[in-house]
Amino acid sequence: MGVINLGEPRVGTISRVAPKPIKFVLNWGRRYSLWVFNFGLACCAIEFIATSMSRHDFIRLGVIPFAPGPRQADLMVVSGTVTDKMAPAVKRLYEQMPEPKYVISFGACSNCGGPYWDSYCVTKGVDQLVPVDVYVPGCPPRPEALLHGILRLQEKIAGESLGERYGPASPVPVAQPQAESRPPSPAVLRRPLQRPPQPTSADRPEDPPEASPENPPENPPREPPQPPESSSGQRPDAAPRPGPLPPPNSVRGPADPSEPNLFLP
Amino acid sequence: MGTERTVAVGIGAEELATADMTLNIGPQHPSTHGVLRLRLTLDGERISRAEPIIGYMHRGAEKLFEVRDYRQIIVLANRHDWLSAFSSELGVVVAVERMLGMEIPERAVWARTLLAELNRVLNHLMFLGSYPLEIGAITPVFYAFRERETLQRVMEEASGGRMHYMFNRVGGLKEDLPAGWLDRARAAVREVRSRMSDIEWIIRGNEIFRARTRGVGVLSPEAVLQYGVSGPVARAAGVDFDLRRDEPYLAYGELFGPGRPGRVVRRTEGDCYARFECLLDQVYVSLDLADACLDRLADLPPGPINVRLPKVLKAPEGHTYAWTENPLGINGYFLVSRGEKTPYRMKLRSASYNNIQVLSELLPGNLVADMIAILGSMFFVVGDIDK
Repeated sequence: MGVINLGEPRVGTISRVAPKPIKFVLNWGRRYSLWVFNFGLACCAIEFIATSMSRHDFIRLGVIPFAPGPRQADLMVVSGTVTDKMAPAVKRLYEQMPEPKYVISFGACSNCGGPYWDSYCVTKGVDQLVPVDVYVPGCPPRPEALLHGILRLQEKIAGESLGERYGPASPVPVAQPQAESRPPSPAVLRRPLQRPPQPTSADRPEDPPEASPENPPENPPREPPQPPESSSGQRPDAAPRPGPLPPPNSVRGPADPSEPNLFLP
Repeated sequence: MGTERTVAVGIGAEELATADMTLNIGPQHPSTHGVLRLRLTLDGERISRAEPIIGYMHRGAEKLFEVRDYRQIIVLANRHDWLSAFSSELGVVVAVERMLGMEIPERAVWARTLLAELNRVLNHLMFLGSYPLEIGAITPVFYAFRERETLQRVMEEASGGRMHYMFNRVGGLKEDLPAGWLDRARAAVREVRSRMSDIEWIIRGNEIFRARTRGVGVLSPEAVLQYGVSGPVARAAGVDFDLRRDEPYLAYGELFGPGRPGRVVRRTEGDCYARFECLLDQVYVSLDLADACLDRLADLPPGPINVRLPKVLKAPEGHTYAWTENPLGINGYFLVSRGEKTPYRMKLRSASYNNIQVLSELLPGNLVADMIAILGSMFFVVGDIDK
């Protein structure tokens, strides 16, 4: 009997096609049963432990700190300074976690380097290694801040769709490491105001013009394709129906192609 | 060890040739108190070689000290030993004050001593909670953190921080203690002292705890002196050295002595149980010292809490070494100054660095389960090792 090919495991396939109540239930289950893998590195780990103790107690939020290892955890709380020596271990442990997984960056050091921002051996921010969902600032943050961070994560999970998070690349990538995005150059601020693209004289029906306030739908050359029930007998004070979104790859960037475009993914 | 395996089945089988296994504990492991990595070479369950590999928390604090002025240094100085942050800041400012020849006001001396002793209690409580947790007793850590919260509230009221106080300044403290704080501190000390019995009764004398820690990881006084181990770990091995009594700084000269509240806790066995007992008894001593400081502070006439500093503080050229009895051991601060705003070199001698060097001698010969007990009993903080 040979090796059985189980296929690539995929997360989010069902939740993409599931109806909204099912998504709601799945998200509810996921956000109130976060098993946390405490990646306690430094002083923030002590405040993390204090938050799990009787006074502040994050177990009542469903965050259970008893994950025996990364393979049984959904949430990784990186608390403390990530040094360059420790960075490969952080990355490796993150990759050992099964999806869906979330990361809370707890404390200034793991947010951005913190007081060690100019050190030669500190990774300035764990988001250079793993995608972070919630950043909790502080040095060290109070336990209440961690509780707040967990609540924000739970709200984020409530509103999320796993299909979008882990599915094929959507136009706006979610949960991607920051290392790939380029910082905007100051030249961006010197660009002139960009006007929306005007439809050409060869007015194709699927050419989507912007429905701006100065172009009411009654104006025939600008009229966006309307569904049949919306006649031109619209009340004049009704807000103009916005046109369909432009296709994702339409170029809406600066006139100068050599400047980096903030809006392209 | 031989690497070929011959398995002989039957009566009178020959001796099995074995291979030693190298087991990596850490750097991420629940029992390593942070990111210490231990490379163990195991013969079955028995450790034949142990090597602590440090550096996973090295943040370059000493290099950063060279570009921080004497007030900014305190931010970094209290983050290497994060459980006894006040004592760490204290060492730095004591070194600078010694360079400047500064005499700090009496109120500041007593307030610093008080806060240092409260910080010592906080530090010891952390280990009193986490060490039984590693042995398998889960309850004491909740009691320990409950006491920690009581004291942290008091410290936070005075300094603004629960863990990193940044309250020391060159010449005294940042600002005076709040009104009514002395009474609240006294109430907190009384509360903690009365509730220490919860931890005592559950752990000290507990059969299971004793069975796992009595006679395990015996550290000889010679090893202590050779490796430079200090603090409660050294005193549990019988080495009678406590800087608060032997080379007093701050107000310890008045607090240690016959008929005074300060006493040096010592044991002779040198095993894990002795180290734990030292820690437990030191908490009581520190609470008594805190009470004495509170009494003294209440009697002092109102006065300044710090020395007025120039806008830009420059330490004179020269070098000095100041050492303090931090909760984990002796921390030394070697300050070299070229007369600038920032130190030319501030070298930290941290207690945990020496304390875990001795692990390569203590661990071999023990079982892996004992390794957990020994490692927890060494009372170190990884940031203190790596700085």
